[in-house]
Amino acid sequence: MVIYSVYIVSKSGGLIFNYDHNIPKIETEKTYSFPLEHKLVYQNKQVVVAFGQRNGVNVGHLLLAVNGFPVNGRTIEEDKNPRDVFEVLENPENYPINLKFGRSKMSTNEKIFLASMFYPLFAIASQLSPQPRTSGIQILEADTFHLHCFQTLTGVKFMLIVEPSQTGADLLLHRIYELYADYALKNPFYSLEMPIRCDLFESNLQNLLDQSEKAGISSV
Amino acid sequence: MTVHNFYMFDRYGQLLFYAEWNRLRQSGITREEEAKLMYGMLFSIKSFVSRISPLDSSPGLREGFHCYRTSKYALHYLETPTGLKLVLNTDTAAVNVHELLQQIYSQVYVEYVVKNPLCNLSEPIKSDLFEAQLDLCVKQSHVFTSKPT
Repeated sequence: MVIYSVYIVSKSGGLIFNYDHNIPKIETEKTYSFPLEHKLVYQNKQVVVAFGQRNGVNVGHLLLAVNGFPVNGRTIEEDKNPRDVFEVLENPENYPINLKFGRSKMSTNEKIFLASMFYPLFAIASQLSPQPRTSGIQILEADTFHLHCFQTLTGVKFMLIVEPSQTGADLLLHRIYELYADYALKNPFYSLEMPIRCDLFESNLQNLLDQSEKAGISSV
Repeated sequence: MTVHNFYMFDRYGQLLFYAEWNRLRQSGITREEEAKLMYGMLFSIKSFVSRISPLDSSPGLREGFHCYRTSKYALHYLETPTGLKLVLNTDTAAVNVHELLQQIYSQVYVEYVVKNPLCNLSEPIKSDLFEAQLDLCVKQSHVFTSKPT
């Protein structure tokens, strides 16, 4: 029973609420000797593993720290002299070296981007339908998670990202909709289509998710 | 249970083959445009899935995205390591469609297209034999017990 995160997307496709409930942190730290067993590249202002997937370090992981010093872009933020990551890693004299790799965490900007990316997918799925009068995507299944999407009659989309074995997500989505109606829409300081910043809504949602993870969704 | 239609794309996004069985609604655009739209959607879903996923996909499972369901149909997706993409639309109750897609790939595509020296792999498939075998394979599967609604 794992619920990863909740997204609420407004009628016009903007992300109005996002809550990460239980995102596991994937990080590995290890001391390496000279020829480095991972091939690293610099892309999107990050140092990324491009090849050589072993010992818990996967392709797509970021280089987070070198000898305990954080990596920012392609420079190592050392106290005195910031150095370039690739210059350090190519020099055999710097070995043995301690490197920390981890899966990248999504920034708020990236979440907004992804939420608005789902909007056209939802629309195209109903346009390409072989059956008349279909809805958009309701469940998207991938090997690491299932995404459940519930669109209200007013066009607001509630998205829930859960573990593949999780059942009863539809029920939970309806409960989240109820919370949204009670604590966000009835809040006089909340204006439609704007990000939801209501403490009551957030704490109630948190309770709901905790409760459904502990006792099963049927109990909520 | 029914099978609606089937698309096959190569790794560059070209539509290699299209077939339909019980399609109840046409999209209203030409086949080429529909294929481009479909490929674009799959491409976006793939990048969406890889970025929104909270975990790394387990080694050996490279495709990430398996299927999506709407209220009326389900789209099943298989991508081989060579980049060949197979898409099968069925009704929502269909199960084990992934096995059917794998069967289409290994027993129909590999046998009647890859092993046919006259088939150019980078061009749309024109082989009648492939078409007949695909039709047979889909119609014999448990997913296809036609029930037009």
